[in-house]
Amino acid sequence: MKFGIVVFPGSNCDRDCFYVIKDILNQSVKYIWHKDTRLDNIDCVVLPGGFSYGDYLRTGAIARFSLIMKRISEFAEGGKAVIGICNGFQILLEAGLLPGAMLRNRNLHFICKYVYIKTENNETPFTNLCKKNQILKIPIAHNEGNYYVDEDGLKELKRNKQIIFRYCNREGRTSSEFNPNGAIDNIAGIMNRKGNVLGMMPHPERSSESALGSNDGLLVFKSIVKWLEKNRIKD
Amino acid sequence: MKSEIYRSLGLSGEEYQKILEILEREPTPTELAMFSVEWSEHCGYTRSRNWLKLFPRIGRYQTFIGEDSGGIVVDDLAIMFKMESHNHPSQVEPKQGAATGVGGIIRDIFTTGARPIASLNSLRFGPLQDSYNRYLLTGVVDGIQFYGNCLGVPTVGGEIYFDESYTGNCLVNVMSIGIGKKGKLARARASGVGNSLMYVGASTGRDGIGGCSVLASQEFKEDEEKRPTVQIGDPFTEKCLIEATLEAIATGHIVGIKDMGAAGLTCSTSEMASAGESGVEIGLQLVPRRETDMEPWEVMMSESQERMLLCVKKGKEKEVEKIFTKWDLNAVVIGRVTEDGVVRVKDKGKIVAEIQAQALTEAPIYDMPYKKPDYLNESKRLDIDIIPESKDHNGVFLKLLGSPSISSKQWVYQQYDHMVQTNTIVLPGSDAAVLRLKGTDKAIAATIDCNSCYCYLNPYLGAQIAVAEAARNLVCSGAEPAALTDCLNFGNPEKPDRFWQFKSCVEGIAYACKFFEIPVVSGNVSFFNENPEGAIYPTPAIGMIGIIDDLTKVCTQYFKKENDIIILLGICKEELGGSEYIKEMHGLAKGDAPDLDLQLEQAVQHTALEAIRKGLVSSAHDCSEGGLAVALAECCISNREGMIGAVIDKLTFDITKDALLFGESQSRIILSCIKEYVHEIRNIARKNNAPFQIIGRTGSKEFKILSGGRELINLSLEKMAEKWAYSLESLISA
Repeated sequence: MKFGIVVFPGSNCDRDCFYVIKDILNQSVKYIWHKDTRLDNIDCVVLPGGFSYGDYLRTGAIARFSLIMKRISEFAEGGKAVIGICNGFQILLEAGLLPGAMLRNRNLHFICKYVYIKTENNETPFTNLCKKNQILKIPIAHNEGNYYVDEDGLKELKRNKQIIFRYCNREGRTSSEFNPNGAIDNIAGIMNRKGNVLGMMPHPERSSESALGSNDGLLVFKSIVKWLEKNRIKD
Repeated sequence: MKSEIYRSLGLSGEEYQKILEILEREPTPTELAMFSVEWSEHCGYTRSRNWLKLFPRIGRYQTFIGEDSGGIVVDDLAIMFKMESHNHPSQVEPKQGAATGVGGIIRDIFTTGARPIASLNSLRFGPLQDSYNRYLLTGVVDGIQFYGNCLGVPTVGGEIYFDESYTGNCLVNVMSIGIGKKGKLARARASGVGNSLMYVGASTGRDGIGGCSVLASQEFKEDEEKRPTVQIGDPFTEKCLIEATLEAIATGHIVGIKDMGAAGLTCSTSEMASAGESGVEIGLQLVPRRETDMEPWEVMMSESQERMLLCVKKGKEKEVEKIFTKWDLNAVVIGRVTEDGVVRVKDKGKIVAEIQAQALTEAPIYDMPYKKPDYLNESKRLDIDIIPESKDHNGVFLKLLGSPSISSKQWVYQQYDHMVQTNTIVLPGSDAAVLRLKGTDKAIAATIDCNSCYCYLNPYLGAQIAVAEAARNLVCSGAEPAALTDCLNFGNPEKPDRFWQFKSCVEGIAYACKFFEIPVVSGNVSFFNENPEGAIYPTPAIGMIGIIDDLTKVCTQYFKKENDIIILLGICKEELGGSEYIKEMHGLAKGDAPDLDLQLEQAVQHTALEAIRKGLVSSAHDCSEGGLAVALAECCISNREGMIGAVIDKLTFDITKDALLFGESQSRIILSCIKEYVHEIRNIARKNNAPFQIIGRTGSKEFKILSGGRELINLSLEKMAEKWAYSLESLISA
């Protein structure tokens, strides 16, 4: 299994993802520079968090024009796994690999804190090790995590079980008071219709060791590894 | 030359005479500008240097004191850290002032080849009832989050205080910590005749001209437009600069490197030449610009951000350039190292400045007169008897919990990314931030402390308390205090009473540091913090680092279990001077600072640390502002998800109730532990000669303090938490 972590200028969670995949999961991983055009031998692409190009314009708006993004679109089209975390999620939205858009957080402030999210769909490459409705404790850290999609789009997401994570409290209640940023329907993570591209605002790489306060995020990475292993056998 | 010209640059008549003697001619405009910034207090430490020599520089860990920052060596790692002020820029333009404050201190760290792993800050404002103070606080927090979050350097801790003395002159002190490899650190030196000087990073504009001299080294005067002297920050460029610089240093082709912060190109050229005992020659027309028609002196004085000067081994320029180009940054050879010790600045071939590097960097040193301030005769007189004993302890207690200096700073720290880099194992809101060192079993703890009201009432003692409290905070997290950096914020040093405050605080820090064997490895002095009403409180902020050998033995402040035993190490004395209690309830900043017995302090700290290291302790928390009652409350409510109440019914101190609850006696730590460990902790305390007392136990959803059978405080945790957690937010949005 080989993970590829894309490094845009301004990415700042690339090293954290690398550490989890290599040092905690003992998986093979390499950095992919944004000007590269190849994804040889890569099984899963990680678009990490950060402020690509400073995000001075609109989050992810410039990164989506990076050379590597064209290749990543083809990679995703071919059914390979892509996970975008935080800024990575924002880039996937801008690139049109996922539906919807990000608005500024409802309170107009950056928010960094632990939140709880509920696993709405555990039959995906990214959540297959989670129990149904499992509640994960994972931190968020963003300015623009207020996910928006129009009414039809939301119906579509629900119909196809594309909503993967929703903000909730410790007991799993998903009412609006447990919504940290104003995201529609408490959405914290979605995937594409095909089910191989995930975008999520919370940071699983920051909650992959109990010393950091939670290792629930590790389930996401482990699920990917399991899915990749299974698919490799099928190949 | 007309005196208005050099005076407008911040130079005195005597200094101008000295320049004439050095040059044996009239200076060119560029030369005059260069002297004015290098000889400013901010760059030259002209008034403070003699006193800073008092600080000890060696301790238990090997120290490394570099040109731009300092640190300690732990195994094969160099832990570099430094604190710096950006007060005046933040007062003028809070967002950019604070943002570039973060950027500047972080450059001081990675210029050594150490990767920045965390920032902390110490912020002080006037009361939030004033709308401009609210604007400053929100602007400064916005600037810190804007810059720090983008960089991917977590902001893990700090302190915020409010006092009238900071109205008109807020304080923004930022501390940065980085980790490098021992023996692989870069120096800020230019040497090796023929080696190249490379300019890397952002282009040069007119921003920040005179920032260090006219803005930082003078008092604010009314109706003066100083906004153009504030720099504009671009964290994205800085992030790229971090990566490119660390990559470049790792090649081994870099002889020396210095950030272009205060005094920009003037400072980097002259100080690198001086430190390397060589000369440098640069061609100004080669400097990348973002504005047209800049005069040579403007280029030399500009404090445009995100720029570095490198001394690169001859023949390796292309390789270094390639690294910076990869990150879309400028990298241009602008000059070379010479042997004559002169800083020679040419513009299109014409010499515009030619000065001995040493003459620039050896700024005149002044022995400033000092005199004990008159207010001290008056302020010491605090007659406790005239302060009526409070009737409603619950009410006073809630008011203190909701006071801006004591209440939770969650509204602030949740805006800072405090988790990126995945090292933060104790998040903001405990006594100290704890960061693990990946690849080892160790962690470091970091804190910033200073009670400036104590320093106002008794500078020598207040400064000692700042050191003692910083150390105590680290100990409560399970760390052994190792070294410190300071940021010494004072008023106008030309006024003898202000200088006396400075001198007394420096002596206090030096004395406490020697006692605890904690070296001062870096620091910064910020004078001229005054407004038309007078000087700020003397504020020697202490940033301290401690080492945790076993990261499984990290401790936090909040109670962990029901039915744990609560222990107080230390003594409650009849002291209310300088306390938040008399400030909040009686509007007074009077009395003497609390007493500090360094032997007792050490006994308490050794006891707590030993108990934590042996794994006996469930929680440990230092008693500070707001006294015992507030400290206990924080133990109960600072973990919002698992609040645990307490009944304190075994206090035996024979003092007034107000002093018992809200007095700020030093050298006190609250521990909690399971019943089975009490005996062993008592033995440790006995061995160390530390006063030990069981004062109550944890449990329930209420918080009660009883004394002599009488109930002084009885409140629900929910009510306390509500007050404590949201007061700051509601004051800001008022």
